[in-house]
Amino acid sequence: MIKKFVLLSFTFGSSLMFLLQLFSLQIYNQNYNELSLNNALEKRPIYPTRGLIYDRNGILLVANQPVYDLMIIPENSIAFDTLELVSFLELSKKKVISRLSDARRFSSKKPSVISRQISKEKQAIFQEKIWKYPGFYFQKKTIRDYSIPIASNILGYTSEINPSEIKTKNDYVLGEMIGRQGIEKTYESILKGKKGFQFFQKDRFNRIIGSYEEGAHDSRPEAAKNITLTIDAQLQTYGASLMQNKRGGIVAIEPSSGEVLALVTAPSYNPNLLVGSTRSENFNNLVNDTIAKPLFDRGLQAEYPPGSPFKTLNALIALQEKVITPETIFSCNKGHYYAKGAFMKCHCQIGSRNNLLKGIYNSCNSYFAKTYVKIIDKDSTASVGLDRWKNHLEHFGLGNYLGYDLPIGKKGFIPSSSYYDRWYKEGGWGPSTVISNAIGQGEILATPIQMANFTAAIANRGYYIKPHFKKPNDKIIGDSLFSKNHTLIESRHFDTVIEGMHQVVEKGTARVAKIQGIEVCGKTGTAENFIRLNGEKTQLTDHSIFLAFAPKEDPKIAIAVFVENGYWGARWAAPIASLMIEKYLNGEVKRTWLENKMLNGSLISEYVKPFSGEQFDINE
Amino acid sequence: MSNNLFFRLDWLSVLIYISLVSFGLLNIYSATYEQSTSLLWDLSTVVGKQFWIFVGCLLIFPFILNIKSNFFEHLSFIFYIFSILSLLGLFVFGQKISGATSWYTIGGFSLQPAEFVKITTSLIVADFLSGIQTDIRRTKYLFKVSLLILIPVILIVFQPDPGSALVFFGLFFVFIREGLDMRWLFIVLGLVIIFITTLLLKPLIVSLVAWFIILIVFRLTKKSKTKLNPFLITLGAVVFFTFSVDFIFNSIFEQRHRDRFNIILGLETDTKGIGYNINQSKIAIGSGGFLGKGYLNGTQTKGNFVPEQHTDYIFSTIGEEWGFLGSFSLISLYTLLIFRIVYRAEKQNSTFRRVYSYAFAGMLFIHFFINIGMTLGLVPTVGIPLPYISYGGSNLMALSLMLFIYLNFDSQRLS
Repeated sequence: MIKKFVLLSFTFGSSLMFLLQLFSLQIYNQNYNELSLNNALEKRPIYPTRGLIYDRNGILLVANQPVYDLMIIPENSIAFDTLELVSFLELSKKKVISRLSDARRFSSKKPSVISRQISKEKQAIFQEKIWKYPGFYFQKKTIRDYSIPIASNILGYTSEINPSEIKTKNDYVLGEMIGRQGIEKTYESILKGKKGFQFFQKDRFNRIIGSYEEGAHDSRPEAAKNITLTIDAQLQTYGASLMQNKRGGIVAIEPSSGEVLALVTAPSYNPNLLVGSTRSENFNNLVNDTIAKPLFDRGLQAEYPPGSPFKTLNALIALQEKVITPETIFSCNKGHYYAKGAFMKCHCQIGSRNNLLKGIYNSCNSYFAKTYVKIIDKDSTASVGLDRWKNHLEHFGLGNYLGYDLPIGKKGFIPSSSYYDRWYKEGGWGPSTVISNAIGQGEILATPIQMANFTAAIANRGYYIKPHFKKPNDKIIGDSLFSKNHTLIESRHFDTVIEGMHQVVEKGTARVAKIQGIEVCGKTGTAENFIRLNGEKTQLTDHSIFLAFAPKEDPKIAIAVFVENGYWGARWAAPIASLMIEKYLNGEVKRTWLENKMLNGSLISEYVKPFSGEQFDINE
Repeated sequence: MSNNLFFRLDWLSVLIYISLVSFGLLNIYSATYEQSTSLLWDLSTVVGKQFWIFVGCLLIFPFILNIKSNFFEHLSFIFYIFSILSLLGLFVFGQKISGATSWYTIGGFSLQPAEFVKITTSLIVADFLSGIQTDIRRTKYLFKVSLLILIPVILIVFQPDPGSALVFFGLFFVFIREGLDMRWLFIVLGLVIIFITTLLLKPLIVSLVAWFIILIVFRLTKKSKTKLNPFLITLGAVVFFTFSVDFIFNSIFEQRHRDRFNIILGLETDTKGIGYNINQSKIAIGSGGFLGKGYLNGTQTKGNFVPEQHTDYIFSTIGEEWGFLGSFSLISLYTLLIFRIVYRAEKQNSTFRRVYSYAFAGMLFIHFFINIGMTLGLVPTVGIPLPYISYGGSNLMALSLMLFIYLNFDSQRLS
């Protein structure tokens, strides 16, 4: 009798239906699990304080300070005194209202920022009134605090992550700080640490009613690590002061380790500008200064023709390629004709006969032009010779990124045979076409750090260690950052060149760089440069260049100094380099007359010339 | 006799009963848990009250068992009259709690007569149907017995307590068992289906589909004797019903009633207002996963996201903290209990006792179906407790008594 089973089948059918629904809710549909976590639990991040940054001597450069973001969860807020809020925030009423409605549009349950980075003092005042503003709360945050306002170009800065970046970096949440530029960017993962989480049980009014499972799921933040830089804060500060009212860069490297002792760019900016509530305004001002370009790191990003100091490299290549010996003599008559009707000027006396040593310390253009022709002409075609020459230079770290641990840089440029084949037709060029390369002009470009680096390679008699800015915690053997990069030049060839560089300071072009008790080796440079002014190629005053290392034996510092439009090398760059060396090696500077001249010297009048709209003279 | 009674007792049902109430106490404790621990027998807490009612039930259990079933049979009419009077009395002396005048309040205790009417109505129906001449297939008797049920139902609807009133529809299964034409079942099911489809679609479309189906059935069953009239009448009835449902739903129902249906049928999504309960209940259950979050560890339960969680929505606590495994077990227990009662009822030699047992099983089913269905978001929100689990003194007491009477009848099966 079927009727006996009606109730049973209904019961059985309903149970089956319930089990199916339970299966769908509890097992199949994982969505409900997340929903629960969303509305019953609050996951609050605990941030470790960002790692500190020290200089090589343990001087604290970058610390942290607390600021507060005013947050809102729109769902929890009720009507409040908008005018009081407006006056506290010191923003326009319109702006506050639009931020409030933006927050509501973003999410009614999730927190949004109403005002960022309110100072500790200001926050304390409003904290007393915050009970009148349900839904609002302060979120503590730490921002950077620069006790010594230097080296902003090395340190970089931090700022809040922006919404588009979050898509690719999924361990960040909106409002968190991320390193931008410099050390802050390169070592973001070290400095950031790992945030922890605390879980809270909420009730249906979104109120926190206690910790979730007594903190069983909470994770502690992992403390960030501190970083010790290779930078010498004193030297860096000194370099910055020497460069005031000038444009250019200084790069100082410890040759034996590749550690960068100072990286100065001028003009620069105070790192405290890029911190706190006025950050974005200040940042825009810096970006918009397209003439002085304070955000442009001239030590790393500026590509200059290296000028005369480049002769040292050509000398080394020529010795290695056995096209000259130290005893090779070339004559010079205030220059020479390197091709028919093409004359290269030189400041040598008429009838000068220079060997290599003299060629270097007198910086004889003719000597190196003739040497260069021999390098290029060594083989059957100029292409082979030029490319061999280029290969040598690449082993000095030129023409490509050096691979140091800062996120910006430039390759510089060393021309290859195919480059000239493109300009002239194949075989349509010879040594005389590319003769400017002999004296570091022409197509060659190098950044100051590349030049400091090859100076270090000369100081080391044949190798360099990749420049870097962070002191290693433990030296890992075989780590590419610390291995020797050997040049293709045998170390015996360096003696003559180094002696030549020493003579440059002793009795050559850079006698101003001589320091009592220290054997300084250097090479001056004066590089022609041009800009496009109203569509016309206009020559400006030459760049003043100086490369040096000291002491001659067991060098402790290698340095490259560039002063834009400073005219000849001994005028600005050599004294600055010399003062830096003295400061670093002796700890104090005795030549106060020279120091004062450099500190007070200004090239502002030089820099306004192209923008004055009037005719101007150069190289005065 | 008492010695024999011990062996004749349906111990399986007793065991299920005790398991359900104990499990209920555990979950009421969890649903009302507020960090501080309280004692089970503390009368000031919800759990304490439920516990003492349970103890009271267990104390009267032996007395009920020892009453002869004739006693219930003879006095069923008097019980019925008294219970109807108690319902009427509510309109004069009743206490209005959350919008419904369903309670008498004496001292600190409140009593809900509708719960006890479930017993008396079951008894009177059993008494009526066990009459020698009674034949439910005949319209006269069907009308009379329906009247016996409709009187309390109408009185309860007017309190208003539609949930309790709905429970009486469990007696429909008794009618079917006792010989009511199966067509009634199909008519009722048909009406429910048409009701739901009308809400989902337009009445005109439902009418057209019905016309189409009837046409096909008519063609298929066409014999020489088949008349067209019954089909036309059916079609007319369907069309009439469809349009009246549409009319009643849109013009007579209040918005809150409409909302309940619309949310279940997925016509509206509203997770803040009326849909909040259902949504939060589904979240809580869904978040339990396979094994549940563990006793007293339900985040949704702790956060009080689901309203009425110790009463009507207790199943969401179970779903969250005990997971699929716990929910599955609970549903199995109910299914087992209903099956057990029906199985034993079928063995009864007395119509009175069989009908009563059946009535009990039917009412249990309605409780079970609507409560869990609602918590799972399958059935519109109707306030009905989960038998033996939900907090509620009158409900626990009445359903316990009902079970004890069933156990009594069952034990007297052979005597």
